[in-house]
Amino acid sequence: MLFGPEQTKENIVVRGARVVDPVAGIDAVLDVRVDDGVIAALGTDLDTNSHRVIEGEGLLLAPAFVDPHVHLRTPGREDEENIVSGTAAAAAGGYCAILGMPNTDPVVDSAATLGSLIEAARAEAGIPVGFLAAITKGQSGAELTEMGELAAAGAAGFTDDGMPIAAPGLMRRALQYGAVTGRRIALHCEETTLSRDGQMHEGAVSAELGFTGYPSVAESLMVERDLALAAYERQPLHLLHLSAWESVQALRRARAEGVEATGEVTPHHLCLTDEAIRSLDSNLKMNPPLRSASDRTALIEGLKDGTITVIATDHAPHARHEKDVPFEAAPFGVTGLETAFAALYTHLVDPGIIKLETLLDRMSTGPAQAYGLTEPRIAVGSHANLVLLDLNASYRITEETFRSRSVNSWLLGDTVKGKVRATIAAGRLAYSA
Amino acid sequence: MTADIRVMREDLRPPATPPRRHFISIKDITREDIERLLATARTFERSLEREVKKLPTLKGRLVINVFYESSTRTSSSFELAAKRLSADTMSIKSSGSSVDKGESLKDTAITLGAYDPDVIVIRHPQIGAPQLVARVTEAHVVNAGDGKHQHPTQALLDLYTMREALGRLEGLHVAIVGDVLHSRVARSLIQALALVGAHVTLVGPPGLLPRGIEEMGCEATTEISTIAGADVVYILRMQRERMQEGANYVPSLREYTARWGVTPERLRPGQKVMHPGPMNRGVEIDPRVADHADALIETQVRAGLVTRMAVLYDLLTNGPIEVKTESVLEVA
Repeated sequence: MLFGPEQTKENIVVRGARVVDPVAGIDAVLDVRVDDGVIAALGTDLDTNSHRVIEGEGLLLAPAFVDPHVHLRTPGREDEENIVSGTAAAAAGGYCAILGMPNTDPVVDSAATLGSLIEAARAEAGIPVGFLAAITKGQSGAELTEMGELAAAGAAGFTDDGMPIAAPGLMRRALQYGAVTGRRIALHCEETTLSRDGQMHEGAVSAELGFTGYPSVAESLMVERDLALAAYERQPLHLLHLSAWESVQALRRARAEGVEATGEVTPHHLCLTDEAIRSLDSNLKMNPPLRSASDRTALIEGLKDGTITVIATDHAPHARHEKDVPFEAAPFGVTGLETAFAALYTHLVDPGIIKLETLLDRMSTGPAQAYGLTEPRIAVGSHANLVLLDLNASYRITEETFRSRSVNSWLLGDTVKGKVRATIAAGRLAYSA
Repeated sequence: MTADIRVMREDLRPPATPPRRHFISIKDITREDIERLLATARTFERSLEREVKKLPTLKGRLVINVFYESSTRTSSSFELAAKRLSADTMSIKSSGSSVDKGESLKDTAITLGAYDPDVIVIRHPQIGAPQLVARVTEAHVVNAGDGKHQHPTQALLDLYTMREALGRLEGLHVAIVGDVLHSRVARSLIQALALVGAHVTLVGPPGLLPRGIEEMGCEATTEISTIAGADVVYILRMQRERMQEGANYVPSLREYTARWGVTPERLRPGQKVMHPGPMNRGVEIDPRVADHADALIETQVRAGLVTRMAVLYDLLTNGPIEVKTESVLEVA
């Protein structure tokens, strides 16, 4: 389900880093030796032979991240992002694998379009990439795509991300048929008759600023519906970019009742609230919108207690001139691949709100599990998917630092802590700084 | 003549270059700012009682009015305010300009900024347009209405009108009636009244009272009878264009009028009535109310001129008119 160039795997030794893999039960200063792209040894004073040596002293080595929610804008808006720039940005953010969303132009709703993307990824991706295909043709919410053929052609899952599936009857058929393909169905939950024209979260801030509100119930109502359908059909599903307190409650309840549902949350929803929009910065405009402080708290709680197992960036590049307009005229979406770890480390881990282990798990194991991808592990015999992090590095985020073709980051100008020093993806050094 | 003007301009100009200031949101200003602006407006009102109404105060300054939405009162009063202060003015409307050709607001602002205007007055249908213009030009920016967000000079002229009519602002009870949801006038006025210590009650249909609005420091109710307790009943325009079929904010304009229209029967004698215009007579306001002596609607229009003069003066001279005021006006 993941595609990249066929390249020779590397021989690498990462020396003297604090190696942390909560699932493998490791937290110790160790050398990690990678032979031909596979972790061959963990230990102290390992023989480096002729391997490339990466000094890890004072740094942290963890399983690399997986981002299951990336807009690569290809085909159609290659000026905003393409496979080369998107995977380079991902590597710089510590990711060893990403999944691209199908809301491109044309939509990824046929094996032909999917095939051309896979071919492009095989030729030029910097790290392995997978592609989700659409649930409905043209993402118009009317007719199912040929999901069987798409799965056979390599689709990593199905979603109409950006658009909800409005009709419950069709949603039910999608869940039923999706199960046949063995791929996960991922849902953008939005009741558009409630969110219509909405620019930001409905609440005291929108009332004061005059923006049309996008109430949290527009999300949670659809979350409730889709969980009810998943329970009835006994099928798994994945809920994209949750933003509301009520959605977290619904997911927690459904999971407790045995529904096989996973949920994801973005760095921006974990770090910010609607108060930030007082600045009218169009780089704070996204769908779903930033919500209230109590929603943010609920998302953090959900992340901590395992209701939410996935952190996804919803990396959504937009051309500079399209964002450089009044807030209301700007498109929805912000970038995130290159800043996710630093943002979350700065806003949540460093102040002691969540544990580093939780963050590492939700950025790596959780996303891989949600889509049935191989989990990055630091264990002998595993493919080397590693990220080397400098938790003490403090730096300012500027446009120049981005490898993405777009710079619509909500962190521009902010000083953050936590820097990716190296990313090893599928046994190759994909990034180092 | 020239010599006189030069002397006067030196007299008015502060020694140092003033920091670039804007008038974009009531949120950005203080009670002291409001007091100063209202006092300046009062001074200008007296100057307008003369036979020759033009003052040389802003001679040589350039004020550009950019209106992306239709307007009668606001655009005409800004233009006249600038002219009364002897500034050069230019008015750009979106229709017939490069906006028709798809030029972005940013590019239009940069183009106008190339003329080195001292002030750009902008009205735009989108929230945040004035901030964008402030970011990309060197001009002082005055918000003449941005979407549903703010209309700060309207709030200022409304305070001016209330004070002239009632002699005070502190402790006044103002009922704002109608479509609060779509009203930038209401948002600015709620904040301005809170700043000066007045008490605000919003009255309207539930769908037109935005959720969370009480956190601006006011009350909100659907009960029209509450307006009888207010000193001032401020009626908002029912924006017909918002009431398109299927929006269902209210079932019909007829039903709106029946429940929330301001009629003489719903008022107490002596209550002052205001409306930012343009009025929909027979919809939100009964014609008998509009034409009654207690209606301050025409006063609001006159106040619009002098308060906008005060805003332009304040931005370009960095400070209170105070002591020098009288002499300035005498020179004129």
